[in-house]
Amino acid sequence: MSLQPDYFDYPHRSYGMDHDRYDWSLLSERKPVVWPNNAKLALWVNVNLQFFPLDQQGIPFKVPGGMTMPYPDLRHFSLRDYGNRVGIFRLLKAFDRYGITPTVAINGELVERAPYLIQSINQRGYEIIAHGWNMDCLHYGGQAIDEERALIERTLTTLREATGQAITGWLSPARNESGNTPELLAANGIQYLCDWVNDDMPYPFRTAQGPLTAMPLSNELDDSFILMNNLHSEDSYVEQVSDACDFLLQEAEQQGGRILSLNIHPWMLGQPHRIGKLEQALEYITSRPGVWSASASDILSACSATKE
Amino acid sequence: MKHDPGLYNYWAYDQRPKITWPNGARVAFWVAPNIEYYELNPPANPHRQAWPQPYPAIGGYGIRDYGNRVGHVRQMDLLDKYGIRGSISLSTALCDHHPEIISMCKERDWEFFSHGIYNTRYTYGMSEQQELDMIKDSIETIFQHTGQKCAGYLAPALSHSEHTIDLFAEAGSDLFGNDAGFYTCDLFHDDQPTPVHTRSNKRFISIPYSLEMNDTIAYVVNKMEPRRYGQMIRDNFDRLYQEGAESGTVMCIPTHNYQVSCPHRMRAFEEALDYITSHEDVWITTGREIAEYYLTHHYETSLQSIEQQARVSVTQEKP
Repeated sequence: MSLQPDYFDYPHRSYGMDHDRYDWSLLSERKPVVWPNNAKLALWVNVNLQFFPLDQQGIPFKVPGGMTMPYPDLRHFSLRDYGNRVGIFRLLKAFDRYGITPTVAINGELVERAPYLIQSINQRGYEIIAHGWNMDCLHYGGQAIDEERALIERTLTTLREATGQAITGWLSPARNESGNTPELLAANGIQYLCDWVNDDMPYPFRTAQGPLTAMPLSNELDDSFILMNNLHSEDSYVEQVSDACDFLLQEAEQQGGRILSLNIHPWMLGQPHRIGKLEQALEYITSRPGVWSASASDILSACSATKE
Repeated sequence: MKHDPGLYNYWAYDQRPKITWPNGARVAFWVAPNIEYYELNPPANPHRQAWPQPYPAIGGYGIRDYGNRVGHVRQMDLLDKYGIRGSISLSTALCDHHPEIISMCKERDWEFFSHGIYNTRYTYGMSEQQELDMIKDSIETIFQHTGQKCAGYLAPALSHSEHTIDLFAEAGSDLFGNDAGFYTCDLFHDDQPTPVHTRSNKRFISIPYSLEMNDTIAYVVNKMEPRRYGQMIRDNFDRLYQEGAESGTVMCIPTHNYQVSCPHRMRAFEEALDYITSHEDVWITTGREIAEYYLTHHYETSLQSIEQQARVSVTQEKP
């Protein structure tokens, strides 16, 4: 099939981005960020507490980590549930041992399904961010705006009522968004979103409902990306995290504070054969001078303070 | 459809005339950073979809933008440290979007070659005229922003037509005669430069660019562990260096700074560069310099050797 002449129109071929969500900016040219106590590296450990429904609809796609077998896919349903029953408590012990302040992204539906778990997390004083309603309730281009608004409102109301926390951060299931997601989040009291993977530091993000901040949560270093998608070994996971830590510490010497973000899943690293690898990685990171373990909100506040 | 692209003749890696490089180097080593612009909402091409998810596909778009915001500068620091000038495979629209990056590359005397206008505009379905216009636009844009007469081409997103290489050669000739449009990175059939047929009979060659060493192939397609990628680069070098004692070889590392310049991959890449550049008799160079040297010193003898090999008959003579 031949191409119409408009295939050769380049309406955005000019300075900056080809959209209005954020401004073009080179990381290396920005004002250096200063962390509390002159730390070099902020460690953002982001735990995902997720519910993968058995009756997965997969609209508009099957979520990575979700059901793959014909219904009823008991193996994946229960293996993911393992994380919320067993794995997470191994993670919490590791956090205690290494003095980690994690941030916890939670599917709203887990409040109904595992109140004990949500209470345990909340009582520890960890920051909770919203992770959508469940892993099969994706936000996507073409979704009716009322449907998406209802999902966001339900998720935020449920998490806020259950925890008493303000809930100002958001991570979409599968990190997928519609063109309306940022506006709907801003209109519902969200201050930062963690879906975008185009930077190593926070940056201002525009919506028609007021500004947000995009927080840099690495997907390339995500445990399930490395272990489940790439099928790398657990030892390689530790190497990759350690190499990232060293590199960012070094870059911070020249360019100001950096963030090491570890997005992790208790159904992955909470397994008996993997928890030791997470501990090894945390031991390595926390043994480096100049590392500051903090919640996403505290990292964001410190970053904003530098800019003012 | 053709049974064979007809771009080059069979030419065995055996009994070829000896390739020499400047100062007796064994390997011509070049690094080709892809500096690309992907559009968030490109027009649909009926032959290939740009993004797997419905608009906005923020994951794929975002990580590529990471290369521009974060990665290129990281790699520049590293290449500076090891005395390597990049040969940039450029989405030329980036000259307009991110001129800061172009300036930094110019300051370093890096080579710019064409990788189309946007990496989200595929060649599939283009008429000859449309493709020629697109290629000419890209060559003119490079000249306008850098003063360089574009020597090489890597089709956008490796999307080709049957005429891509002919059209690139012709576009170069139309604009700058023999100073532009004389090598391609689109072919992966050899570890040495080879002559390529064009319908204009231009002196035109293929420069080894390597899909195997390409970080995106390694990390995204083959899902490699970073240290393994680093080891693979060193192994690739070792053999080409060894063989280069007999006849010069070419080694290329094509990169994408949304892959290789992520914090957890920098160490493996740096160790590989450190290893390669610690050897003597390595010509650290650019795609254009390899192509020019080969065209001046080895092109004619290569043609003769190809012809000679083609005359070999498989009929066995009786003893």
